[in-house]
Amino acid sequence: MKLPTLREVATEARLLLIGIPVFLWTMIPIYHMFLFAISPKEDAFSGKLWPDHPTLHNFEIVFKQQHYFLRDFYIQFWNSLVIAASVGVLTLFIATAAAFSISRLKVPGGRVVMNLALFTYFIPAAFLAVPMYRTMGNYGLLNNHWSLILAMVTIASPYAIWVLKQASDKLPVELDEAAVMDGATTLQIFRLVYLPLMMPSLVAIGTYAVLLAWNEYLYAFLLLSNDREITLPVALGNFLAADDSPWELLMTTGFIYALPPAAIYYAFRRYMVGGLTAGAVKS
Amino acid sequence: MAITLSGDQAIPAPPLSSRLTPAQVWGIVLLAPYLLVFLAFVVYPVGYGLWLARAPSNYVALYNDPIFARAAVNTLIFLVIGINIKMLIALFLSGFFAVQRPWIKWLSVIFILPWAVPSIPTILSVRFMLNPEWGMVNHFIFSLTGDDGPNWLNDPTVALTMAIAVHIWKSLPFWTLILITGRLAISHDLFEAAEVDGASWWQKFRYITWPSMQTLYVTCTLLSMIWTLGDFNSVYLLTGGGPADLTHVLSTLGIRYLRLDQLSLAMASIVCAMPFVLPLVYFMMKRLSR
Repeated sequence: MKLPTLREVATEARLLLIGIPVFLWTMIPIYHMFLFAISPKEDAFSGKLWPDHPTLHNFEIVFKQQHYFLRDFYIQFWNSLVIAASVGVLTLFIATAAAFSISRLKVPGGRVVMNLALFTYFIPAAFLAVPMYRTMGNYGLLNNHWSLILAMVTIASPYAIWVLKQASDKLPVELDEAAVMDGATTLQIFRLVYLPLMMPSLVAIGTYAVLLAWNEYLYAFLLLSNDREITLPVALGNFLAADDSPWELLMTTGFIYALPPAAIYYAFRRYMVGGLTAGAVKS
Repeated sequence: MAITLSGDQAIPAPPLSSRLTPAQVWGIVLLAPYLLVFLAFVVYPVGYGLWLARAPSNYVALYNDPIFARAAVNTLIFLVIGINIKMLIALFLSGFFAVQRPWIKWLSVIFILPWAVPSIPTILSVRFMLNPEWGMVNHFIFSLTGDDGPNWLNDPTVALTMAIAVHIWKSLPFWTLILITGRLAISHDLFEAAEVDGASWWQKFRYITWPSMQTLYVTCTLLSMIWTLGDFNSVYLLTGGGPADLTHVLSTLGIRYLRLDQLSLAMASIVCAMPFVLPLVYFMMKRLSR
């Protein structure tokens, strides 16, 4: 076996010198959250790197809703789930229909609508939140799940339409022509030709919309306030209302809340990286 | 040219359906859901908000509010310093992650985590780490030096720096990933030729990598600036705008006015950001709608 040369050793050392800080930087806040989740209160507050008595007791408290801040845990989890799923379905429906109309049917004015959507995509979400709040009030939707669902669909749709339109444009136009020759109606082309071919992009966009809604804090906290209507992130923010917040329970709930999106992200990573990053910035 | 329904000379227009092909009718029907959402939740709110912000007195009130001036400066620091540091690190790390090693591949999977997990629990986790009495950071400083660490979030400069660090922590993976894609698109032959010619690391970067990546890099930087204007979580969840409302940025300030029931001030503060935002948006739309 050949011994590595000095030069090779130096290269590896340099790589490690970058890799180790990157690893620590990435993991410390997440590890800290995990550490709190498995620590009894005394251990959590003592600044130890590993608790003397690691325990799953915090999870038990959360799952049995045995704390004032956690008394609506399940219903809040359910709210998050229903809202994320609704946003995913509605965004897919609206964006797929719009992309098909603009890209395949070449509807008059489609280009203008695409540009308006892109413009919306670039309005910072926190800026749109201010007038959106008042608008939802005017529509009488405050404290109603529909307000959050519709707001998130508004935010998710422009990017969804844009990505789906880019993907549609790549499908050969001969496909539609052949289907028309065979006597297919527009709806049949949409259902039998277009949707199956677009499947990878649809998975990516559906995942994007679901994660966006599940992770949203600002809109959820503005539009919903009733304890039994709010989503999990708002409930997490509400922990801070008390001076002696049970941080170990907050971190445990946060850990549970962070697991589904992380799992979805890694499960669909192939689609996400291909479908989204390529679309996010076209150089 | 009004057509009166009662007038006997009125020529009936051909019915709409006969002028449009079935495909075009379907096109309009399928586009309608998005148009409805756009009208109800973008056009109406924005128009209504601008109408609320029309009075000049709002801008006088903003001008006289020291918190607004501070928030504007903080936003500029966040964008100009924070984003450029983030993008430089992303550019550097995109080179690191392009190196072929099994362990670097594994690290790149872990590196995505901050982007994949929701920001609320992780930002709150950092917030507790920086707690002066109980946080891990000051425990660590105490065990090393025997001195109490600083009260991190109680100093506006340090607190804003920490908010920027949290923002970088969260969005660095995304931008690194995009720059890696750009870097992998460069032909490998160029690097091999440079290797044969004995080019240094810096020369390879300066004459091969940078020229092919600079457009992507500038686009990413501008896009990140626009999006960071809307980054509410990094500041709000870490500092809450405190101490003494000194770490607000425009996005948290707008929500602060909103919560104080001063909607017209909130809208006016957003309108003030528009001369900065609209050119960036215009530039990005030119880029993306090609």
